[in-house]
Amino acid sequence: MAKYLLLKHYRGAPEAVNCVPMDQWTPEEVTAHVQFMRDFASRLEQTGEFVDAQALAPEGTYVRYDGEGRPPVTDGPFPETKDLIAGWMVIDVDSYERAVELAGELSAAPGAGGEPIHEWLELRPFLTEPPTVTE
Amino acid sequence: MDEVLLRSLTPGVLAVLVRRGADFAAAEDAVQDALVEALRAWPADPPHDPKGWLVTVAWRRFLDAARADAARRRREDAVSADPAVPAPGSGAAVDDTLQLYFLCAHPSLTPSSAVALTLRAVGGLTTRQIADAYLVPEATMAQRISRAKRTVAGVRFDRPGDVATVLRVLYLVFNEGYSGDVDLAVEAIRLTRQLAAAIDHPEVAGLLALMLLHHARRAARTNPDGGLVPLAEQDRGRWDTSAIAEGVDILQAALARDRLGEFQAQAAIAALHADAPTAEETDWVQIVEWYDELARLTDNPVVRLNRAVAVGEADGPRAGLAALAELDDSLPRYAAVAAYLHERDGDLATAARRYAEAARKASNLAERDHLTRQAARLNTRLNAGRSR
Repeated sequence: MAKYLLLKHYRGAPEAVNCVPMDQWTPEEVTAHVQFMRDFASRLEQTGEFVDAQALAPEGTYVRYDGEGRPPVTDGPFPETKDLIAGWMVIDVDSYERAVELAGELSAAPGAGGEPIHEWLELRPFLTEPPTVTE
Repeated sequence: MDEVLLRSLTPGVLAVLVRRGADFAAAEDAVQDALVEALRAWPADPPHDPKGWLVTVAWRRFLDAARADAARRRREDAVSADPAVPAPGSGAAVDDTLQLYFLCAHPSLTPSSAVALTLRAVGGLTTRQIADAYLVPEATMAQRISRAKRTVAGVRFDRPGDVATVLRVLYLVFNEGYSGDVDLAVEAIRLTRQLAAAIDHPEVAGLLALMLLHHARRAARTNPDGGLVPLAEQDRGRWDTSAIAEGVDILQAALARDRLGEFQAQAAIAALHADAPTAEETDWVQIVEWYDELARLTDNPVVRLNRAVAVGEADGPRAGLAALAELDDSLPRYAAVAAYLHERDGDLATAARRYAEAARKASNLAERDHLTRQAARLNTRLNAGRSR
């Protein structure tokens, strides 16, 4: 019973094996991909392991405090060096092995040519509530 | 409306329905319906016999649902024609309740499913309350529970179960921490009490004692900001002395029966901590002896890690470090124990490094913050020493 975050990157993760930008796929391949993601989430709902999933727009902005009485500084969208998060899924599973298994399945989402993308997903455990017994 | 009373009646009501021949999943649904109905109707019109009321309403609901389903109707007919099925109201209700605990902790269930099913079927909590407590969506928890029900649907209700699996599930509930409007530790104590009333078993008593002894210290275990307060620094005036006394009594009665088990040994350690008027007066020598017992009863490496801490207190930090050296350093909290023992041994630089390492590996926020503060405290001292 531990929660894990599956992070999908636009950029910042190692390159996928079947790395063709989505806009170069056929419409059917895009549909198949989207359907796979939906089916995956709904399957996890049925197993009682689904917590949350959200997609993020690729445009993000870095913001920083710039001192008393001044508006925050922004670096504008799209600096080329940033990591970009495409979205996340949160799962609640019985073991780390199960989390790895599910991340592996999600990484096999179909892409160009209907072949699995083999993209890298980042798997991060959530920090939990402190257990009742700590000493 | 006494919600706790209502919940305490749940397993008994469910057990009656199952004994009358209802299948587990349908019976559980019917009982939930009856509980909802009770919450609505009782404030205006409290029944004389709450359990009887719930059985009547739940059984009616079950029959309604069964009639709506042809397959179920056939099964119902078969049940009412079967002379082996005892008449309603007969038989030992206590044993039925016990069977329910066994069923909900059945080995075919994953730990999280067993926990969810136990809280729902034995604890009488709503799916929403359980979902809130475990921070998952209600739909997810509903699926987890209905899958669990399907998994145990074919399990025969008349075979004795394994007490150890039930105790593991209850301990999981107790130890989970909590976040929703249901206090899982309190719920676990309530269910274990109920189990202890239904079955005479020293390990059930041991677990109940362990829970009470840990729970007694809860108020002192965190500061107002939610930060962890280590055992040695806790304000012992805030410990719940009546819970401690009750835990010790239950434990002594269990130990007297001379069938030692894991939970009794853990409770004995907790009792020795609770018994010490100050941290310095803790009987570490006896605690080490109990850890040796515990290590004999279980091959859990975490026990040996905790034993190393106790050895460090009983025989000095060097002895503790020697005991630690025999263990696998990838164990959770290994670095934290090493840090603590190195600090007591006067090696502040190593201690600071191990505390920082332990903080990175911590699996919960309160523990990580605590360990980070320890590292920061030692590094501040080390830096002050250098600049002087």
